[in-house]
Amino acid sequence: MKPFRQLAALIAFNVRTLRGRLGSAGAAVFGIAGVVAVLVGVLSIGEGFRRVMVVAGKPDTAMVLRAGADNEMTSVLLRDDVELIRNAPGVAKDAQGKPLLSPELYVVVDLPKRSSHTDANVPLRGISQGAFAIRPEVKIIEGRTFEWGKNEVIVGRGAHSEFAGTDVGSELHFGTNVWKVVGIFDAKGSISESELWSDAAVLGPAYQRHASNSIVIAKLASPASFQQFKDALTSDPKLSVKVQTETEYYESQSRTLRGLVTGLAFIVCSLMGVGAIFGALNTMYTAVAARAREIATLEALGFGGFAVMMSVIVEALLLAVAGGVLGAGLAYVAFDGYRAATMNWQTFSQVTFAFDVNARLMTWAIVYALFIGLVGGFFPAIRAARMPVANALRER
Amino acid sequence: MKYALLILSNFKRHKLRTLLTIGSILIAFVLFAYLSAIRRAFQMGVSVAGANRLVVRHRVSLIQPLPQSYERRIEQIDGVVDATENAWFGGLYQDKPTAWAQIAVNPPEFLQMYPEFILPPAQREAWFKTRTGAIAGRKTAEKYHWKVGDKIVLTATYLRPKTGGNAWTFDLVGIYDGANPETDTTAFYFRHDYMDENRMFGKGMTGWYGIRVKDPKYAEDVARKVDATFANSPQETKTETEKAFVKGFAEQMGNIGAIVQAILSAVFFTILLVAGNTMAQAVRERINELGVMKAIGFTDAQVLSFVLAESLLIAIVGGLAGLGLGWMSVAQGDPTHGALPIFFFPPEARTLGLVIALALGLVAGALPALQAMRLNAVDALRRE
Repeated sequence: MKPFRQLAALIAFNVRTLRGRLGSAGAAVFGIAGVVAVLVGVLSIGEGFRRVMVVAGKPDTAMVLRAGADNEMTSVLLRDDVELIRNAPGVAKDAQGKPLLSPELYVVVDLPKRSSHTDANVPLRGISQGAFAIRPEVKIIEGRTFEWGKNEVIVGRGAHSEFAGTDVGSELHFGTNVWKVVGIFDAKGSISESELWSDAAVLGPAYQRHASNSIVIAKLASPASFQQFKDALTSDPKLSVKVQTETEYYESQSRTLRGLVTGLAFIVCSLMGVGAIFGALNTMYTAVAARAREIATLEALGFGGFAVMMSVIVEALLLAVAGGVLGAGLAYVAFDGYRAATMNWQTFSQVTFAFDVNARLMTWAIVYALFIGLVGGFFPAIRAARMPVANALRER
Repeated sequence: MKYALLILSNFKRHKLRTLLTIGSILIAFVLFAYLSAIRRAFQMGVSVAGANRLVVRHRVSLIQPLPQSYERRIEQIDGVVDATENAWFGGLYQDKPTAWAQIAVNPPEFLQMYPEFILPPAQREAWFKTRTGAIAGRKTAEKYHWKVGDKIVLTATYLRPKTGGNAWTFDLVGIYDGANPETDTTAFYFRHDYMDENRMFGKGMTGWYGIRVKDPKYAEDVARKVDATFANSPQETKTETEKAFVKGFAEQMGNIGAIVQAILSAVFFTILLVAGNTMAQAVRERINELGVMKAIGFTDAQVLSFVLAESLLIAIVGGLAGLGLGWMSVAQGDPTHGALPIFFFPPEARTLGLVIALALGLVAGALPALQAMRLNAVDALRRE
């Protein structure tokens, strides 16, 4: 037990003397805090984007696209297709016993960004009556919902904050059509918030898409009915469609952007990790060198090499935890909820999302800080333990 | 030069610290290389956009098609030299969506309007002669090991062939290079007439037009005239300079680019700050030694230059190694699996990197060096 008693005494001693070394210890803490904050910041972009896709993707909701189409924009379903899909098995029923599904039309319109006034491709979705029941997360937060059969649109919260001319009451001119903005909606952060919604029956003719929709969204009786629904549609010789759960669909839609963010995050993490370890090593070596005489005195007094070594490592870990917590907190304050918009590469249309600093990310950040502290403390600790006592005592 | 050994011997004092400092600076400059490449990548080649070119698209959005009959009418507008059609194909390769564009064009007009796509004369001829011919950019061709003569099959996502199924087969007749590192060499171009002949729906339509104007000075004028020509038709147009078009497109990537850049710059300067502080610390530690040197007859200027030489050497070694390593790793391609087709370390950023490294050495050395220079030898010796 002796080494542990010694270790406890040394740690207490180190902590008490930290005040005397506030400069170098502070530098180490802030260095690690900076690394962690940046890391969490970059990763929170990816987390935020993932959340948009996860909230949107429900496993008990199926999306039917034309076979070969890889997104809503390139998919075309004719009226007859929609009727066949309507009668497929496995679809949930509403209170009147009618199948819960929504044939939708997905087009893209140009709206100026509020930030730069340059045009961006904003998705405009024509929906049918079932859409609100399929997406219960959608709530009007300002104004009212559009009236069926009228040239009216409602605007997602994200789209409203990113694009000019989308306030309630304003008019949007797309080609020769005029649309009135009558409401703003919230969708618990899902991708719908990036979109404008209107009645598909009005949108179709305006876009010379009279007899066609892009996709059909169907609420399933349960996630387990998906296979039945899918098999029924794909085996029907009159149909040529691709059936996916919403989860699968949004997974594939976010692939390029996730690649972009994780690619960048990987570079940032690896380079900064190495940089931070170099910094921690330097700090701890300097700390050990500065206290050479002190450490030698301790050893002369009978403290063991193991205790000395461990005390240096523990000190490095303590500094790292302090830095990690500080950094994660900073990142939370600076980045969480930060709203941004970018382009979804599959349809070249805009997606708005909020950076998401969540518990999982913060936990990883602190683990990462501990790793930096461990590596940064280990080698200097060995040097401290191996220091020849006589030489060190002689040092000035 | 005779003092070189003296300067070098200082590095041996704390070998590890010197190495770690050089290492930190190296990492910082690798990061700098990526930062510069990402910055440029997010601009999507706006600096090489043709000043004499315009882009005409459907006023509602880029994805709405325009009639092919517009080409003739645009060409009759005063100030227009030529107009050429482009259509987005958006197909899958090996059943996966591609990060590279597939675009239907009219080859002779296309190559004339976009001279930055460089194709050997024999391959140009082959493309003009082969209806199913297509050309691919060097980067994409290398990625899939395509050779001239290969058959490339793309799966249509919306442009179904009239023969049924979804497969379109192209003959690769050429591989093009970019005249400039910022030219996108990931795209795949094939013949619009082949697409028209073989498509099931949408005959007579194209995606957007490129226009070459007589005089870039009047480009905005011409753009206005084009839009006026088609005003109040079912397909109204929006015409802008290629620069404005590319800028608008890049702008759609949104603040992600700006945020990543801000973060990377913050990291870069933080690492430099820490490294600079360590370097300054290394000098401060032995300030009494410098006092001894002055006591035995070295001049102020000499002491100053020793200290400066030392920190400059560290900064330059670390900086050059970092820039070199960064250059090499950036050349390995973009880290995002194709989301950033234009990815290279721009030459002017290399120069800027060198300047920053020099500045780091000067600043980190200058403060303690000045302190050392002003030092009274007697005071220095008295210090503990």
